[in-house]
Amino acid sequence: MGSVTMRIFRGDATGGELVPYTVETDPGMVVLDVVHRVQATRQPDLAVRWNCKAGKCGSCGAEVNGRPRLMCMTRMDTFAPGEEITVTPLKTFPVIRDLVTDVSFNYEVAKTIPAFRPKAPEADGTRRMYQQDVDRVQEFHKCIECFLCQDVCHVIRDHEENKKAFAGPRYFVRIAALEMHPLDTNDRIELARLKHGLGFCNITKCCTEVCPEGIHITDNAIIPLKERAVTRMYDPIAWALRRVRGEPAGTPPDPDRPAT
Amino acid sequence: MRRHEYDVVVIGAGGAGLRAAIEASAMGVRTALVCKSLLGKAHTVMAEGGIAAALGNVWKEDNWKVHFRDTMRGGKLLNHWRMAQIHAQEAPARVLELEEWGALFDRTKDGLILQRDFGGHRYARLAHVGDRTGLEMIKTLQHHAVHRGIDVFMETTMFRLLAEDGRVSGAIGYERQTGRPILLHAKAVILATGGIGKAWTVTSNSWEYTGDGLAMALEAGADLLNMEMTQFHPTGMVWPLSVRGLLVTEGVRGDGGTLKNAEGERFMFRYIPEFFRAETADTEEEADAWYEDKTKRRTPDLLPRDEVARAINAEIKAGRGSPHGGVFLDIATRRSADYIRRRLPSMYHQFMQLAGVDITREPMEIAPTCHYLMGGVKVDPDSQQSTVAGLFAAGEVAAGLHGANRLGGNSLSDLLVFGRRAGLYAAEYAKRLARMPALDEERVRRAERDLAAPLDRHEGEDPYAVQSELQRTMQSLVGIIRTGSELEEAITKIDALAERASRTATRGGRAYNPSWHTALDVRSQLTCAASVARSALTREESRGGHTREDFPKADAAWGKRLVVTRGGDGRMEISIEARPEIPAELQALLGEERPAGAPAAAAGGS
Repeated sequence: MGSVTMRIFRGDATGGELVPYTVETDPGMVVLDVVHRVQATRQPDLAVRWNCKAGKCGSCGAEVNGRPRLMCMTRMDTFAPGEEITVTPLKTFPVIRDLVTDVSFNYEVAKTIPAFRPKAPEADGTRRMYQQDVDRVQEFHKCIECFLCQDVCHVIRDHEENKKAFAGPRYFVRIAALEMHPLDTNDRIELARLKHGLGFCNITKCCTEVCPEGIHITDNAIIPLKERAVTRMYDPIAWALRRVRGEPAGTPPDPDRPAT
Repeated sequence: MRRHEYDVVVIGAGGAGLRAAIEASAMGVRTALVCKSLLGKAHTVMAEGGIAAALGNVWKEDNWKVHFRDTMRGGKLLNHWRMAQIHAQEAPARVLELEEWGALFDRTKDGLILQRDFGGHRYARLAHVGDRTGLEMIKTLQHHAVHRGIDVFMETTMFRLLAEDGRVSGAIGYERQTGRPILLHAKAVILATGGIGKAWTVTSNSWEYTGDGLAMALEAGADLLNMEMTQFHPTGMVWPLSVRGLLVTEGVRGDGGTLKNAEGERFMFRYIPEFFRAETADTEEEADAWYEDKTKRRTPDLLPRDEVARAINAEIKAGRGSPHGGVFLDIATRRSADYIRRRLPSMYHQFMQLAGVDITREPMEIAPTCHYLMGGVKVDPDSQQSTVAGLFAAGEVAAGLHGANRLGGNSLSDLLVFGRRAGLYAAEYAKRLARMPALDEERVRRAERDLAAPLDRHEGEDPYAVQSELQRTMQSLVGIIRTGSELEEAITKIDALAERASRTATRGGRAYNPSWHTALDVRSQLTCAASVARSALTREESRGGHTREDFPKADAAWGKRLVVTRGGDGRMEISIEARPEIPAELQALLGEERPAGAPAAAAGGS
């Protein structure tokens, strides 16, 4: 049995500090185990959000040495002996207490995405879909809503003001999942462009890098959505309709224009 | 204190709670959904293997009657026949409805929902998405609910039900983020709070699983049923310690994995009970052929969970265990690496990342882990109403469907079938009430005081210490194999812990203070633990999830239900009542009458 010193953020919306805690460790421990040991032995009111402890629920996201991670899937033996370890809350969201942040932004965005609307079933009442047609959408359905992609995305990480005009990678994945669903009939491409700020992603792939589910967020969700939006922009009929309706040519409406 | 008024309040937002809230709001009543965690993080998200429903997509021979029979026999005939019937009949429609709402299950070659084999199910019956079916289900329900105008209270824990004259009137609790008390005044309340697994040390359950709904129901005057019936899932991880108890899906065996002891023996062939002998393969050849040929008999690796858990336990005790105190679960030598990664991606990931084990090359080490409560709130089988008017319960918190042992895959279908029914009947109940039920303001004030008590005490017991001592007590004295003297010892210890829990003190303030939350949770845990231990001491036989070393056989005379009630003086009372009589045409579907017991070949009585 060894010991480890971990510096954990303690504080709330008004501010806080990194506090070092030294606790004993066992083989195989993950960061969340150490946080729990601090809670049980040193600091009973240390606030941390968690549930499944198996990488399936996406509750325990935090920044470990500045990198967004699930604490339950970050093994302590991935750090070099003596390496300094800091654990801080997700930076993109307001701190509630210690490692717990207010992620309600995400739940609000979710409400703005038009629902799944299936086409009519087949004549025999079934809904036939083939595995090869659902594979790519099943990749998106692996999302556990840990919001690490939202946390790392610089469009909102460094620009609070962009949150009102940018849905974030998680919701581009959600929109892509609906748009590519073999049964869906709704259309969200215009909305993704105008309201959800699809254009402000400049495909740096930071989101893909932090996704604990390995979803190819940029390549498989965001870029195809951008292509669909662009195709529509240059479709002459759609262009003519926009002119007739007096809609803007292609950039999001000015008042909500995000800084990048 | 914040106060809100609703027709229907649903407490718990896993599969049952979400499905109930969707149904209630579709009935046009004002609906609130309370989640202890964030929306979409409830335990349903961890369900892996699939949803049992006799869709007949893979085996046309399957139908509700076969599913009914499997469920009743798996439950050692202690199930409420009517719930088992409704469940088997309605599960296919509930699964297809998920597809209607956007779920994408794995497909057959013909483009239909693919179904996989699981323990105790005669045919491949589980609709699934790889090994992350629960995630697909909870996200589908969550996305569907978002657009229905349901008010969602996230990170809110309910602490006490308000009920007057046998009629519910709401619930009081607190918001985790601020620590503020909250009162939800309601015509009807649906409990969908899940089980009690966090009362054991080795468990697949998360911190949330503290039995709040059960403790609140009992306190409000509702009856609990068969609380001794706890399920230990045969396959939990054993190493490293950090992940001990973490679930390993039964899908590993459903997809061809087999259990082996340290000598490399497929030991399950030695543990086939008489009750299942006629339908279980007794040679490795027949067992392996069964996956493709359903005229063969099922592999004993897929006996119901209670049988497999006891067998593993016996192998470990006999000294034939694996290095870290489990047995081996091998799929690496039986299926290709590609197949394993495609069918069991999250198991592959989980073992690789947390244990450094590549399951496509090496066997897993597993041992039983506390997983599920078959007992729970006694409900009307059709409406899910408890013995308190206006109080409903659905999912794991409710009792009846699973009898003495739940089959894998029957939980997710339970959530959908009975979640919907609870939402429907609670909404109808609320519509029939002309006025909001009266609130007893004195009771409200008392609840508020009790809520704050651990914060107001500056000296007292450490809530984490009380909780971990309870877990150790249940693990060592109320585990897979029980005996009278140990149960008596457990009851004494639980009573002493309850006294300590009434004196817990916490540090820090109201906002997101886990030590305060634990101080409140542990009281529910203790109530549930006491009802489990007392029921277990009362039932002097072995059946399903309840195994008594001192009464090792199933006893036909014990084919009865145990009812837990709170007496007039507040003390817990256990009584015995007859099972509802099963109609002859359903009885005829069941085959052999005698229930199986433990150990193997122990069916006794007349």
